[in-house]
Amino acid sequence: MNEAIIGKPAEKRRPCRSMLYMPGNNPGMMQHVPAFGADSVLLDLEDAVSEREKDAARRLVSHFIREVDFGDSIVTVRVNGADTPWFERDLEEVIPSAPAAVRVPKCHSPEDVRHADDLIGRIERERGMALGRIKIHAMLETAHGIERAFEIARASDRLEALTLGGQDLTADMGVQKTRDGVELFYARGRVVMAAKAAGLMAFDTVWTDIEDMEGLKNEARLAVQMGFTGKAAIHPTQIDAIHEAYRPDAGELRRAFRIVDAAERAQREGKGVISVDGRMVDGPIVARAFSLMELGRLYGIGQEADL
Amino acid sequence: MNAERNFKSENFKSENFKSGNFKSENLALTMIKNALGREVPVSIPGLGSYEPYVSPFAYLERELPAPAKAKSLPSPRPQKPRHDKVTDSIENAVRRSGLENGMTISFHHHLRNGDAVIPMVLKTLSEMGFKDLALAPSSLPDSHDMVADYLRNGLISRLFSSGARGEVGRAISAGELDAPVVLRSHGGRARAVQQGDMPIDVAFLAAPLCDKYGNMTGSGGRSACGSLGYAQVDAAHARHVIAVTDGLADYPLRPRISVPQYLVDQVLLVDSIGDPSKIATGAARISRNPVDLRIARNAFDLIAASGLLTNGCSFQVGAGGASLAVAAYVKDYMAEKKIKGSFGLGGMSGYMIEMLEQGYFEAMFDVQSFDSAVTDSMARNPSHMEIDASCYANPFNKGCVAHNLDIVVLAALDIDVDFNVNVQTGHDGVLRGAIGGHQDTAAGAKLAVVVAPSFRGGVPTVKESVTTVCTPGETVDAFVTERGICVNPRREDLLESARAARLPVKDIRALKAETEKLTGVPDAPEFDRSRVVAIIENRDGALLDSVYKVRGNSASLR
Repeated sequence: MNEAIIGKPAEKRRPCRSMLYMPGNNPGMMQHVPAFGADSVLLDLEDAVSEREKDAARRLVSHFIREVDFGDSIVTVRVNGADTPWFERDLEEVIPSAPAAVRVPKCHSPEDVRHADDLIGRIERERGMALGRIKIHAMLETAHGIERAFEIARASDRLEALTLGGQDLTADMGVQKTRDGVELFYARGRVVMAAKAAGLMAFDTVWTDIEDMEGLKNEARLAVQMGFTGKAAIHPTQIDAIHEAYRPDAGELRRAFRIVDAAERAQREGKGVISVDGRMVDGPIVARAFSLMELGRLYGIGQEADL
Repeated sequence: MNAERNFKSENFKSENFKSGNFKSENLALTMIKNALGREVPVSIPGLGSYEPYVSPFAYLERELPAPAKAKSLPSPRPQKPRHDKVTDSIENAVRRSGLENGMTISFHHHLRNGDAVIPMVLKTLSEMGFKDLALAPSSLPDSHDMVADYLRNGLISRLFSSGARGEVGRAISAGELDAPVVLRSHGGRARAVQQGDMPIDVAFLAAPLCDKYGNMTGSGGRSACGSLGYAQVDAAHARHVIAVTDGLADYPLRPRISVPQYLVDQVLLVDSIGDPSKIATGAARISRNPVDLRIARNAFDLIAASGLLTNGCSFQVGAGGASLAVAAYVKDYMAEKKIKGSFGLGGMSGYMIEMLEQGYFEAMFDVQSFDSAVTDSMARNPSHMEIDASCYANPFNKGCVAHNLDIVVLAALDIDVDFNVNVQTGHDGVLRGAIGGHQDTAAGAKLAVVVAPSFRGGVPTVKESVTTVCTPGETVDAFVTERGICVNPRREDLLESARAARLPVKDIRALKAETEKLTGVPDAPEFDRSRVVAIIENRDGALLDSVYKVRGNSASLR
């Protein structure tokens, strides 16, 4: 593996801890998105929308993205899969409204991503839009897709994130999704590692039982531990618990402030070597310190004194 | 103040009123602008003269007239030993009470939508040929549309209430009652009764449990309603008191007595005072509506930032949507920080009783019980205490509990950029709400937080100017929606705390503009401003606002 294929470290992007699913046929809910405080919102044209409502939802979502202020939430759209009659029409109507990214479900292979990439590129050109600005989030939700995760992750420059679809995957594996999620352990590891290797973000699957906040908190903690950069939420009440799981540890954050301070001092003084608390620190640790500080700001911690 | 009524108006004689000569067409009210810029009548024939509202506590600076004691205290009615108070005939009870046309009757609303006493008594009075009565319930529940029939048929010519809803609200807003309706807060009503502003001739008080000598309580019996806080004021001050019960208890009633026998003239035994399923509704659930929960979270964050949630704090919150969810956040916070509060107040919900039983508060003061709090909690919990409406919120007594309150969370229909709150008229201008304890607790609490969604049914909640001021903006510290927190600029300290806690603080005008981008600006309702159909009293009796007749008749308002 050479350095060139390694993209921008995922941590450099604006943190995207939560991704809130919103049924694309529910304007009553979509209008409230800015209030929920999710880092990003996923307007869903796929599973949340019945066949009869596909056309109306597509139109509604495109209109909302154009006309409605979503506040600080990054707007993404989940289109229907390439194996459905709606895939192309979804892209044709949604892309011109310029969401930040499109989530492509059921990616089995790199070709699925390239197919979406080609279509999006064509639409961008036809509409005279900036090329490549709209990203792809590839959803891996089959055993085949999981096994080809890294190839998929490298399939297109447009790719920004891998995302795990736990519901369909467990069905494909022929197992039940359990509360502790041991059946998804391998898939989670595989998705995170592929995403990290390709410099992408990685999103964990949803916690479906909205009454069970304890279960959600445990699963969100697991996602953070395993290296997911964010987790999908199926209900607005889940967002706070997800954000709480990402709250940086105070001790770690204190050290991050010291590392950043030392790094900035070293740069001013033209020193090549950084030492913090009597220990040498190198590039990846400095990068992580910067991203921790960035994360800290989301919790209102802008300096060491806030801790 | 209006304790001493000035009946010198040229075209008014109290006899005119009683004999039905009161006709709104003959009446041009002299209006004056109050400190909020609202036009309010200087006097109303049949009701008396009024002060315009100046400020929330202007009454402290004024010299108040001595209360009209002779009117407000029940006249002596000695009874011989072992006098039989019990009757099972409403007609007999009414005859013995000495009720006459033109007099004032009262009821309490503790049975809410389950109440059968108001319909039962009004029906009988109507059949007995009464007319021209003043109806003065502590409030009117949603379900009592039949009251409108009695406004129309002349049984009732004047209405004093905390609110008017449904068909009653529509009838009044359409101008079907000649005399303007007087709308007061719970504290304001207790004040008016005790001061003698609103003397009650006969009080019909539903009593879930009552013994033959009239000792009564609401905590027990099949129609258990919990506290009888509103009834207690009427029992103490009405000229004649009739306990209406379907639960005749052995003498003496035990273990608790809410209204003692010496205040009760008669005990009227009926088959049923109400529908228990609509009185005790079971514990209200915390909302799962994500918008409500976001509002609640923002409200809680502001409360936490205010620094008031400490040991010994006191708290009042409603039982509806976002409000109860605020209580849930507060509870989690108190558990985490090991905070023990002093008391909870108000309409007491099952959730608050749970907080009492789990040790989050030392005591609960209960003027009116909701959902699961209505049944046996007071018998079970010695520190779940029944208080009367005067103790709750009367500004003119020697100290009401609302004045000891730290934090209150209140709902609103709409609010304006000066933080004036409307809880009474809908977007169509029609009466549809109730003042309740809103004014009282907003004025009394250290922190009054009003919560509402930023828009409902496509109509924005923040108005340039509310249709009807029910709670003056000077007493409201913050307005909280799902889209952010608007701190009243009068509360610079609170604004600073909210900013320091990095809460989503927004200027109320900015929130208004943001919401209007989604909703547009609806047209204001059209009124016939020559015709006042209701007046909104501040808790001290000064007039906050007037409600006008809407265009159209009550059928078209449906």
